[in-house]
Amino acid sequence: MIRVDGQGNGKSLIQVRGLSKTYRRGGEEIQVLQRLNLDVDKGDFVGFMGPSGSGKTTLLNLLGGLDVPTQGSITVDGDEITHMSGSKLTKWRARHVGFIFQMYNLIPVLTAYQNVELPLLLTKLSGSERRKHVETALSVVGLTDRMNHYPRQLSGGQEQRVTIARAIVSDPTFLLCDEPTGDLDRKSADEIMALIEELVAKHGKTVLMVTHDPVVAARAHTTLHLEKGVLVEASKLEQGVVAGGVR
Amino acid sequence: MKFRSLIFANLFRKKIRLILTIGSFAISLVLFTFLAVVNSAFNRGIDIAGADRLVIVSRVGLMQVMPISYADQVAAIPGVKSVTHDHWFGGVYQEEKNFFPQFVIDPENHRKVYPEFIVPDDQWNTFVKDQQGAIAGAKTAKRFGWKVGDRIPIKNSLYGPTKTWEFNLDGIYHTEKADGDEGQFWLQWKNFDENVPAVLKSTAGWYILKLDTPDDAVRVAKAIDAKYANSSFETKTETESAFAAGFAKQFGNIEFLILSVGSVVFFTLLLVTGNTMAISVRERTAELAVLKAIGVTDRSVLFLVLAESMMIALFGGLLGLLLAWAAIPVISAAVTGLLPPLLLSKTMLSFGLVFAVFVGVVSGLIPGIGAMRMRVVNALRRV
Repeated sequence: MIRVDGQGNGKSLIQVRGLSKTYRRGGEEIQVLQRLNLDVDKGDFVGFMGPSGSGKTTLLNLLGGLDVPTQGSITVDGDEITHMSGSKLTKWRARHVGFIFQMYNLIPVLTAYQNVELPLLLTKLSGSERRKHVETALSVVGLTDRMNHYPRQLSGGQEQRVTIARAIVSDPTFLLCDEPTGDLDRKSADEIMALIEELVAKHGKTVLMVTHDPVVAARAHTTLHLEKGVLVEASKLEQGVVAGGVR
Repeated sequence: MKFRSLIFANLFRKKIRLILTIGSFAISLVLFTFLAVVNSAFNRGIDIAGADRLVIVSRVGLMQVMPISYADQVAAIPGVKSVTHDHWFGGVYQEEKNFFPQFVIDPENHRKVYPEFIVPDDQWNTFVKDQQGAIAGAKTAKRFGWKVGDRIPIKNSLYGPTKTWEFNLDGIYHTEKADGDEGQFWLQWKNFDENVPAVLKSTAGWYILKLDTPDDAVRVAKAIDAKYANSSFETKTETESAFAAGFAKQFGNIEFLILSVGSVVFFTLLLVTGNTMAISVRERTAELAVLKAIGVTDRSVLFLVLAESMMIALFGGLLGLLLAWAAIPVISAAVTGLLPPLLLSKTMLSFGLVFAVFVGVVSGLIPGIGAMRMRVVNALRRV
């Protein structure tokens, strides 16, 4: 169950409370997120939409432990990450978060196999155990036959599949997708979305996704809009309700 | 080394840039090694000087001679084990460019003072009996294709009108150490004494004495100089290493020159490798950000950059040392006579390798720290 009112039962996988983020740009303070609340349960698939500069990526970065909030707290699976040190946060990311980027961000000099293997190099798994995990991840995304290809030898859709394999190979607690289909044609975008849906439905993954595309967003269980720094459910937005108030 | 494949893959990412960087590193290291070898060649006399040997020269200067009678007088000073004397001959064999040091020696005592020069007994005995005899170092003999029994003509204009002195090559000497001086040519003092102008008869250019113990060096040196103070031929006695250092300084401040050029080479290397690493890291900002995002620690990112710069330095260093190892004997042969023999020792090779690794670490440090401190969010935003 996804909630944005801060009234969750405290058992959600991800709990965000009073989250604010302010940037300072040329002496001016820009408040991107304002006392934002969010509860996401295990196995949920949330889509975040909103105009450019509304703070979608900032929210994703905060949830992934890549950035620190100005105020508020984020608790994932019982761990409050907002007060973790940099090195602790890095280790936490390795264990709990799988990132899927719009531009794929694969290492061009490594093969698909080696790219997927990267997160496992941070674990204590042996070479043969790593191989088993990488092959499983690549089979989930349907690229077992391309494991020795370099990114330049793959199509955009295939590159994004490799990114997804890299994100799931260490079996993280949740996946963060930043415009996962933003650089793909419609057909490839459909295939990627089908794959993400399969990860949620078949493998019980929790997915939080930022997108500009309403068609893509519609495939999430719940779509939330970022409006003036707070989250609003799409259905309520249509009714004109913003964060408990009426527009 | 789980990231081995990533380090190597990154290293060979831009092959032409890698080849050029390694090439410039190697050539700079060849230059650096060459300078070190030249410096060592000039200082070799100091390094191999016996701690238990003193050299007596005229207080006026090295070219001023002293009476031969000093030999017996000095030998009588307590603490002196044996005394020998030398003269600089300074002749020319065939052409000026065929330079090699020629010394007029005292066969009676030379071996007692310089046991490190090894001459087979039969050859030495022939030399002692042969007033026109000569002994050549193995390198000089090899250089000119001489063999025992050859007649060696040497032109000389230092002692009277130009004349050709002829010598019988009675022996060839070797040294105990591989890097010992095997380039000298010795002739008999008696022969020299009979053929020089009257003013130079019964003289020695300098004396070398062996002490019972090196601890006596200061006392004996003071005693000798005091003995001849206010005489017509005042002396200056110093240890052999001080004498060799003073001799090397006649060529100018070689050490300073080499240090200056070496420093320029060092900083050039730092800039070349540092620049390559800075560009390389800048090109990979997004990739490094992704690595950090998936959980690679800041320290590991620094390690990745340093490992890469060290690999470049190591490859460049090994190539440079290999080139130096191959080139220095050729250069040494080409400059024989102009410079002392150039030898690339194992110590220098090890130092070169350590130097290369040091340059690798230092040059990778700034880009590495930059990558380590890079904020993932900012780096990803730039993509």
